[in-house]
Amino acid sequence: MDFGLSEEQTLFQDTLNSFLTDQVGLERVRRIAGGEESASAVWAELAELGVSALLVPEEHGGVGLKPLDAAIAAECLGYHATPSPFLGSAVMGPTALLLAGGQGERLERLAAGELRIGIALGEAIAARAEAGVSAADGKLNGKALYVLDYGADEYLVADSDRGLHLVAAGDLEHQPLSTVEKTRPTGELVLKDTPAIHLSADPDHFQAVLDAGRVMLAADTLGAAQNMLDQAVAYAQEREQFNRPIGSFQAVKHMCAEMAAHLEPCRAMVWYAGHALSEVPEEAHLTACHAKAHLAEVGTFIARTATEVHGGMGFTDLLGLHYWFKRIGFNRQALGAPELVREEAARAQQLAA
Amino acid sequence: MDLSYGAEYEAFRAEVRDFISAHRDQAPKGEGMRSEKVLKWQKLLIEHGYAARTIPEAYGGFGAEPDVLTSRIIAEEFANAQVSPGLGGQGISMLVPTLLEVGSEEQRQAFIPPTIHGEMVWCQGYSEPGAGSDLASLRTAAVLDGDEWVVNGQKIWTSTAHLADWIFCLVRTEPDAPKHQGISFLLFRMDTPGIEIRPLVDMTGTANFNEVFFTDVRVPKQQIVGARGQGWQVANSILRHERASLGDPNIMLSRLNALIKLMQSETIDGRRVIDLPAYRDRLMRIQGRVMALGFNDMRLLSARINQKDASLAGMVVKLQGTELRHELEQLGIDAMGELGLAYGKNPYLRDHGNWQTHYMYYLGLIIGGGTSQIQKNIISERGLGLPREPKVAAKAAASA
Repeated sequence: MDFGLSEEQTLFQDTLNSFLTDQVGLERVRRIAGGEESASAVWAELAELGVSALLVPEEHGGVGLKPLDAAIAAECLGYHATPSPFLGSAVMGPTALLLAGGQGERLERLAAGELRIGIALGEAIAARAEAGVSAADGKLNGKALYVLDYGADEYLVADSDRGLHLVAAGDLEHQPLSTVEKTRPTGELVLKDTPAIHLSADPDHFQAVLDAGRVMLAADTLGAAQNMLDQAVAYAQEREQFNRPIGSFQAVKHMCAEMAAHLEPCRAMVWYAGHALSEVPEEAHLTACHAKAHLAEVGTFIARTATEVHGGMGFTDLLGLHYWFKRIGFNRQALGAPELVREEAARAQQLAA
Repeated sequence: MDLSYGAEYEAFRAEVRDFISAHRDQAPKGEGMRSEKVLKWQKLLIEHGYAARTIPEAYGGFGAEPDVLTSRIIAEEFANAQVSPGLGGQGISMLVPTLLEVGSEEQRQAFIPPTIHGEMVWCQGYSEPGAGSDLASLRTAAVLDGDEWVVNGQKIWTSTAHLADWIFCLVRTEPDAPKHQGISFLLFRMDTPGIEIRPLVDMTGTANFNEVFFTDVRVPKQQIVGARGQGWQVANSILRHERASLGDPNIMLSRLNALIKLMQSETIDGRRVIDLPAYRDRLMRIQGRVMALGFNDMRLLSARINQKDASLAGMVVKLQGTELRHELEQLGIDAMGELGLAYGKNPYLRDHGNWQTHYMYYLGLIIGGGTSQIQKNIISERGLGLPREPKVAAKAAASA
């Protein structure tokens, strides 16, 4: 028995972390978030490390690894608040294409980092007013709001019956939507008899793609929250008031302890949820729901508390702590807010109608 | 990630299951710990290696090599079968490991065999009215008079004092040494003249604990574990055992299942409580947290087997486990509303009133065994490396 990461996985984690530390530090994140630099170069560099190819089978030019490996990558990207289309292009896109079958050519381009797939599943999770997608005769109509990884070449769209479709960005109207989180672009799609490739009508496929995406968001929050905790601890050791480090005051050290106490069990939870996606299918959906919702709650607590440990400096743009604060806030709402996801968890156990 | 225990261990699991189904009619069900049935069952378990498994044969144990997984399998199978896993208590869980580590050969032979067989019951004399979180400031004194220690002072929170034959007790033997170096670890009989036990009724209405008073209690000189002044180190190794055992996520899981059942049977205006979204969401929130602690527990188990470091994951268990358990019990009460207040003799009582009992008892456990605040000091100082709080100047100097 070994509940944890293998040596290879730890090595992969270390490699990715040191690449991101060296090459995609906060200053570069700032430039990308501010629109002074494109995020495309980061994705090309990550593709060279194999991040875009993790879940693509070797026969299609990929690395052929498992969702747990992707969750490790997601945690690293969250830790560094890295702008990248990882969720759609490295996880949810390939997962959908693999389930659909017969998409070898697209998988090859995804693995090479040459194809980017954005995610438009929001309406099938919780449709807001004026949004919703219907499918008929190979064409899609309606509107998809809050598309993740906006700016892609193609979009994975779910219709109101949870069928999965692929549309080309060139075949539809779309526009970016400004949000509080600048490291991951969002937009809307307007579909008017838009030609679509029908990938799957099986709601289980929709669910599998969604579960994978939710575990990745949970892992991203795990990384982002760990970074905020690390920054808070470092700041509490260094910052002095009343002639002593603020971290020697129980009021402050207990805030740090509470963050660690909530976050540390999340690590095992994310590992298991990632593992279950491919290895324990009967538990995959429930653990994905709980990992998503629980990490959202713990992340929110840490985003707030770590900022408070920094006092006034935490509130400024100077430290850049807010990039992680907003990233965690984004992950909480994307692909289902905690209340919605917990209700799904209840339904999965026949505890709710 | 490899979650299988492996074929060898699954074969062992089958053995345990066979044993349980062949012998379950002999297992005690709520008999007192001194009853013949309990003592016989304990003996049978030791003979088969399901109790006192790793205690050397020379001390009456089964003598197996320590193995985290076999212990876990035994615990799982007895729990699943709802059959008594044998005796517990502070003597078996805390004193015996300590004697194995630092006791003399004489002490091991004298105390371990009767303790593991349930013939010698122990209580723990650590906390005092003036020494709670700051345990090392304890003042119960032992002074050497010829071949005997003479003990004077008071202990509190001594849970099984009224049932115990013996006590393992922290006393101050070196009043002039720094506080951590002046403590010794004594063993003595609870029927020694000069010991008075007073039950301490707590908020649950039951005396779960006692106060114990010592007046000129005479203890043979050799009944000390470790050297004079080393009692603090001895005690600390035991406290680590205690913390790890509070907040066990597997017990929490069965309690969560009881909560789900309760919410499926209780109704409000004819609707099951679980069908009301506000209550259901609270249940799901708690389930998510229970799940996280369960996976954390698997990680800790694995870290012990594979000798990996997971120290922070271990430090958070007592804090998280007891706080979560208290919240879980609270939801049970809330699900019943006014009915949840029923306690004692009341025709509308649910589950013997144990939701209220556990709700209060777990508040006690948030405080006991190292308060939540002490846990946070440990996590932040030892886990995160934050500086200790500067020492306040001694009281005497300030008031002089």
